[in-house]
Amino acid sequence: MKNINIIKHRKIYFAISIIFIIAGIISIFARGLNYGLDFTGGTSIGINLEKEIDADEIREITDKYDKKAMIVHVGDDKKEIMIKSSKNISSQDSMTLFKDFKDKYNLKSKEPLYVESIGATIGKEIQKNALTSILIAALFMLVYISIRFEFKFGIAAVLGLIHDLLIMVSVYAIFRFTIDSSFIAAILTITGYSINDTIIIFDRIRENSSKGRIKSYDDLVNKSIVQTIRRTLFTSITTLVTLVLIYILGVESIKTFALPLLIGIVVGTLSSVLIASPIWYLLTIRDK
Amino acid sequence: MKTSKKIVLALIIILTIVFSFSAIKGLDLGFTKLKPISEKMDLGLDLAGGVDVVLEAQTKEKDESLRKKMEQAKTIIRERIDSLGVSEPNIALEGNKRIRVEIAGVEDTQQAIELIGKTALLEFKNPEGEVVVTGKNIKESAVSYHKDPTTNIDTPVVTLEFDKEGAQKFKEETARLANLPEGQDRTIAIILDGALISKPSVNTEISDGKAIIEGNFTVESATELSNLISGGALPVELKEVQSSVIGPTLGLEALDKSILAGAIGLIIIVILLLVLYRLFGLVADLCLVIYILLTFNILAAIGVKLTLPGIAALILSIGMAVDANIIIFERIREEVSNGRTVRTAVESGFKRAITAVIDSNITTFIAGAVLYFFGTGSIKGFGVTLMIGILVSMFTAVVISKFIIKAVVETKMGTSKKIFKAER
Repeated sequence: MKNINIIKHRKIYFAISIIFIIAGIISIFARGLNYGLDFTGGTSIGINLEKEIDADEIREITDKYDKKAMIVHVGDDKKEIMIKSSKNISSQDSMTLFKDFKDKYNLKSKEPLYVESIGATIGKEIQKNALTSILIAALFMLVYISIRFEFKFGIAAVLGLIHDLLIMVSVYAIFRFTIDSSFIAAILTITGYSINDTIIIFDRIRENSSKGRIKSYDDLVNKSIVQTIRRTLFTSITTLVTLVLIYILGVESIKTFALPLLIGIVVGTLSSVLIASPIWYLLTIRDK
Repeated sequence: MKTSKKIVLALIIILTIVFSFSAIKGLDLGFTKLKPISEKMDLGLDLAGGVDVVLEAQTKEKDESLRKKMEQAKTIIRERIDSLGVSEPNIALEGNKRIRVEIAGVEDTQQAIELIGKTALLEFKNPEGEVVVTGKNIKESAVSYHKDPTTNIDTPVVTLEFDKEGAQKFKEETARLANLPEGQDRTIAIILDGALISKPSVNTEISDGKAIIEGNFTVESATELSNLISGGALPVELKEVQSSVIGPTLGLEALDKSILAGAIGLIIIVILLLVLYRLFGLVADLCLVIYILLTFNILAAIGVKLTLPGIAALILSIGMAVDANIIIFERIREEVSNGRTVRTAVESGFKRAITAVIDSNITTFIAGAVLYFFGTGSIKGFGVTLMIGILVSMFTAVVISKFIIKAVVETKMGTSKKIFKAER
């Protein structure tokens, strides 16, 4: 482990990242992102029908509310259905829709599993709000790191963060995962986590460079990464353990939540070592 | 180890065990009862089930007059929901023209939804369709029983009492109608939100300012109408722009699975720390338990509701609490490998690791604070949970962990370099 040379191979890591991001961008332009309800507006209703019922039969009821509604069977035994509509069906109408099902199939449950309905304008606002929150957070972090370290560390850390966000969006674009509010929560978590990892390495670079006797900057960065690598790995592992368990054990709504977090934490850990640190190196040697 | 330190250390361990026990099972201390955490924590809508609705005012008004109307609307909605008897609904203004209503654990979601958005404009119209009085002129409304003359059964009715102005107008109009010649339309239509409720015929002048609404009421529907009338009409029309209704079963299943995952995850982390850092790992495990106890109790005390994003924030902050210990131990381990004795390594290890711990925690704290101040709904909750988690983890890592580690290295067991498997 003592001979890790991250700086020497930096171009490989940059290349892998850039290829991935380009693939993501191409797939965004080709197919667009798979926006969930939270962003596009619309309604999603989950009902436990207590037995498997054919989609055509279900349509007899749902056509009254939206002829274009999508019907998905979920759960192991296909007893649950999810009705997705691009229309903003009011919660009152959703309840009458449920009552139609309840009356027709003599359901035991008193209410639907869930009803989510979001107006299109709100969807856009949530999107905008999340983006501004992240930008403001990044700005404050940049200021803090610039004061505590120096400006170059701040730039490198924030570039690393932006890299992570781009990778996340690319993953979602390439694998067609649904972008919804859990994606936002995940992005927010990663904003904190990825910066955290980067700071630990930068803290060591700062300390090592203040000791003097720097042979070369690539040696300085490599050494600092090696010195902190055990911590980087152990911390990621302890956080990932819980997330993996949540992903394996969790119900649907938690699974969709744990997955982006899992991806984000792996990406954040890798990028603090393989991307943010080399970026700082490049910024530093350019000025010397 | 000094005796005073021994006592404090023993106290920390005993308190941790006692509070852990009380957090899981609850504890009866005789003079006071400690409830288990599961009873103290409030669950958010996504876990407990409930209704979350965002209403938007349909108006072009701005600034002061809009703000006033929104405040009024908020109060009226609160009164209406209180009449449902649900515990602690959360009703908050969002931005300039939106109101978010969150009701957890409501039994009849449909009734709640209908009640929230009702404009509740009550009108009394004469046969010509002119408005005689509106809900604004009503002082009081209650439910009463009226004997049906044909069946002789008590049926619920809604009674009204007009204010002075309303009583006067009502008197004039009923006098006019009562004096109309036989055969002409003498009815007064009682209309709520554009829908006709009843249309009684006026036979005599009503001068006492009191009226009764008869309809095919049940006790419930009469109470609801009476509450709506007493609460008053909404000053602006509100349109539902976002809503979510979560059934209670789905949320509970999600919670149970998360708790199971969290518990197994915790056990794995505890073992991992023991394997990696042995005696120090034991200290880290103790600190982790203290961290979890503190965080949950603080969250419960300030009334933060546990939601799915909140659970994510907790996982992240547990990760960071462990991280702080890992950073410090790795540093001590390095110092030992560099040839220091364990005791001096602890001293310098803590000193050097502390900047990394503080800087990394503060940057993450910044993220949490920004999300709290700029976010809405569940994003806000995520921010609070993250901020509290970070503050507590700093405390356990920097204060408690440091104290225990220092006490431990004063014992014989703690000075052995073997505790780190430090190879050189």
